[in-house]
Amino acid sequence: MQIYLPIAEVSVNAFLLLGLGGLVGILSGMFGVGGGFLMTPLLFFIGIPPAVAVATEANQIVASSFSGVLAHLKRKTVDLKMGTVLLIGGLIGAAIGVQVFRILKEMGQVELLVKLCYVVFLGVIGSLMFSESLRAIRRTRGAHHKAPPRRQHSWVHGLPFKMKFRTSGLYISAIPPLMVGALVGVLAAIMGVGGGFIMVPAMIYLLGMPTKVVIGTSLFQIIFVTGFTTLMHATTNYTVDMALAVLLLVGGVIGAQIGTRIGVKMKAEQLRILLAVLVLGVSIKLAMDLLLQPSELYSLGAGGH
Amino acid sequence: MMLRILLALILMAAPALAEEKVVAGLSQDNVSITATFDGTGILVFGAVKREAPAPTHAPLHVVIEVSGPPHAVTVRRKEKVLGIWINRDTIEVDSAPSFYAIAATAPLSEIVSETENLRHKISVDRLIRMVGAPDHISDAENFVEAVIRIRRDNGLYTDTGTSVQLTDETLFKTEFDLPSNLVEGDYSARIFLIRGTEVVDSFETAIAVRKVGLERWIYNLAHQRPLIYGLLSLAIAIAAGWLASAVFRVLRLN
Repeated sequence: MQIYLPIAEVSVNAFLLLGLGGLVGILSGMFGVGGGFLMTPLLFFIGIPPAVAVATEANQIVASSFSGVLAHLKRKTVDLKMGTVLLIGGLIGAAIGVQVFRILKEMGQVELLVKLCYVVFLGVIGSLMFSESLRAIRRTRGAHHKAPPRRQHSWVHGLPFKMKFRTSGLYISAIPPLMVGALVGVLAAIMGVGGGFIMVPAMIYLLGMPTKVVIGTSLFQIIFVTGFTTLMHATTNYTVDMALAVLLLVGGVIGAQIGTRIGVKMKAEQLRILLAVLVLGVSIKLAMDLLLQPSELYSLGAGGH
Repeated sequence: MMLRILLALILMAAPALAEEKVVAGLSQDNVSITATFDGTGILVFGAVKREAPAPTHAPLHVVIEVSGPPHAVTVRRKEKVLGIWINRDTIEVDSAPSFYAIAATAPLSEIVSETENLRHKISVDRLIRMVGAPDHISDAENFVEAVIRIRRDNGLYTDTGTSVQLTDETLFKTEFDLPSNLVEGDYSARIFLIRGTEVVDSFETAIAVRKVGLERWIYNLAHQRPLIYGLLSLAIAIAAGWLASAVFRVLRLN
């Protein structure tokens, strides 16, 4: 069934959009990532104009994250206090990121910088997670079942403004989560995604939060960041396509519910290694785009200076 | 004095005697884009009106084209720099039709002279206007070719070749497919009568392509009340997220 999208001004198959939404929704629920880093390139591929794809994707992430976070709230795997601290940092970071984006745009080549950002961040995070998860799996398979000391006492624990994050079982300073939130916010604004794929590893490795809590908490703060992004796009660029968003999010919210249930049944190491493979895959694909000669050297954009 | 007026009248009337006029119509002169719009066909038909017998020195040819509202286009070209393919040269094409379809009774290059093509802007490369390219780009024509190539690959520029049917040098018709990725605007259909590589007469009519119903409503809301539109989009997202969660909870209890 073909549907003409009023803002994107193209006609696409409704079932294709439902399916894409569902697929990305499952990943979102499983890994606590918004899925923007996967969905946005997929939407480009089926012919949605990039500006509309980025803006509408933000709107869809709000839906799947909200659906996912409700499932996590029931399971009490959301650290609301930590989420709020991260969110405050995130909004500050996003505001900075929007300015950085504007400066880069004036310099030209913003597309290249966004792609390089993707390749570098996805590549680094993916490889770190992959090797770490492999080590973890090997440890559990090994005969001696000795848990390694996970949380070392580092400079992080010497910082002031200590707060108790009961759900995460942490007693740390509020400064590292604020900084992580801000850093992710900057990157999210530049790269046009919720930032879950950076936030999740940052919470695990930098803040030392338990994996089960990380996913719900990440989804919680993604709702607000992407909600803010949706409003910004809707009021400044008029690029949010409601019809496209509805089709994607119907698939997305159902997928997120299924994904959350799959995620609960899986071991944390397996979950991490899968996410690592996914992140590495996207990174390699984007790197290839930059390194191999494209079949069409020319590209068209909207005119006007 | 009388003689001079008479002479003038005769001179004016003389070409009129040999003149051939085109009258034409369209199967639809407005296209409504609804939510389930998936492209449409448009039939262009007409006849040649003449006061005198048809000239015999050269056969009559008909060229029909439909073009969409013109817009400026930015064309970028990638180049390999330090091993990475990045956009380097950029040209601003001042005006290119958003849609273009052409059909004729014979290949265009055989039936119309280059000067006539240029004067009447018949073929698509004549419709694309570029005022000036930056000095460091010496091959601006490649950028114009890229516009035509990319849009042809997207189904926006089409050439249906010799699909115009001409009966007894009088009646003609052809059909165009308007694709599903049609953009709103005022389209124009032009018909050229050609004899001996010269354009004898032409006719132009408009096709209004408009979004209607839900499409119109969403588009207007997004542009006129962007904040309300954005909040509504968020409300739909939150409601859908909650609904899915509630449905799955009920399913799990059973």
